[in-house]
Amino acid sequence: MSAKKESLGKTIGVVVAVCLVCSIVVSGAAVGLRSLQQTNASLDKKSNILNAAGLYETGMTGKTIESTYSEKIESRYVDLESGEFVEAPEPDYDMYKAAKQTEYSTKVTSSNVGFQRRPNVASVYLVRDEAGDVSRIILPVHGSGLWDLMYGFLALDADGETVRELIYYQQKETPGLGGEVQNPAWQDKWDGKKLFEDGEVAIRVVKNANPSNPHTIDALSGATLTSKGVENTIQYWVGEQGFGQFLKTQAWRS
Amino acid sequence: MADTKEMKKALFGPIMDNNPIALQVLGICSALAITTKLETALVMSLALTTVVAFSNLFISMIRNQIPSSVRIIIQMTIIASLVIVVDQILKAYSYEISKQLSVFVGLIITNCIVMGRAEAYAMKSPPLMSFLDGIGNGLGYSFVLIVIGTIKELFGFGTILNFEILPLVQNGGWYQGNGLLILPFSSFFLIGGMIWVIRTLRPEQVEPKE
Repeated sequence: MSAKKESLGKTIGVVVAVCLVCSIVVSGAAVGLRSLQQTNASLDKKSNILNAAGLYETGMTGKTIESTYSEKIESRYVDLESGEFVEAPEPDYDMYKAAKQTEYSTKVTSSNVGFQRRPNVASVYLVRDEAGDVSRIILPVHGSGLWDLMYGFLALDADGETVRELIYYQQKETPGLGGEVQNPAWQDKWDGKKLFEDGEVAIRVVKNANPSNPHTIDALSGATLTSKGVENTIQYWVGEQGFGQFLKTQAWRS
Repeated sequence: MADTKEMKKALFGPIMDNNPIALQVLGICSALAITTKLETALVMSLALTTVVAFSNLFISMIRNQIPSSVRIIIQMTIIASLVIVVDQILKAYSYEISKQLSVFVGLIITNCIVMGRAEAYAMKSPPLMSFLDGIGNGLGYSFVLIVIGTIKELFGFGTILNFEILPLVQNGGWYQGNGLLILPFSSFFLIGGMIWVIRTLRPEQVEPKE
């Protein structure tokens, strides 16, 4: 028995059989569950956008997220250089994937945001009110925190200056310290802040910020580097290299 | 056929008498990382228990066919396939939690409990007993994770399964969260404490002095 078990042919046979069965099971699971996973990922993104739009309520299910999103949110693409709306460069365009391709992206010159290239064309999401006017603009932002890149949405009023929400949906900061960027109490501090002063980016995250100052937000306690990262991220994305031109031209008004 | 007493031993033995984390000190890395919240600890326990139980079952089913020269590789292949399937299912049905667990589900592959049980038990025992042994060891792992997850979430965040128990100062309550417990490495102290408690209750687990 044991002599036969060790023969070369037997060994190869068993290995091939095991590998075959395993690969069939794995690929079966991957293919069979793919559509569900994609729905989940896109639902997750949509619920975050709705959250930034101020339209998300706890307990929303997949269907209501889907219907509210398609009813209220308009997804557009902006050329960051000119600040004008453009068509998507390719179907299923993803700005974070585009940032990795040289033909769709530009090298970042400021060094404190934590990424090397930014896409030429970025996504924006417009929220329209009942009259059909744009009531909020949602900009995707990302930049490094203490441990890793943090991804979020910055929601502005139609004046392109007043902040309504800053929602981080993906971050790996220390829970309880930097992780508090996701604490609703801290997110509320952004509501009503102004990004610009005399045309310059003026928003800052500082310690012991005066709540009545429209340009400063109180930093997170115990998370200096995360707070600094948030400041760099926002300053970069509303600045000239980011959505600055778009916010200046106010393309959503036309 | 194994009698009920033996089956009970395979199933419940690993919880107190032969706990994979507390006695065998296996699978510590994931126990450190994902116990910050009870919810992730629960899902991780479930995922690991499923993987150990089924990898034990399948390996035991083909144990007489596996040539010993390639047995570790075959065990790895089966375990890795199971882990990928579990990861895919989590992504499909429990997206939020799979995002929090991130890489740790994939790392079940390298969890010593799975390999250890396959090599030490499933290679020698019939399928049913191996399956029960897998569930038992999964339960032992789960027991430690759940205890630690509860302690860390309650005293670190003041919540249990995200329900507020001790209102935090940040949210206008009176409880100052324990910052140490939020960090992954605090599980070292807690696991150490648990091992101490278990060995006080079961003095036969104490290693003889060298």
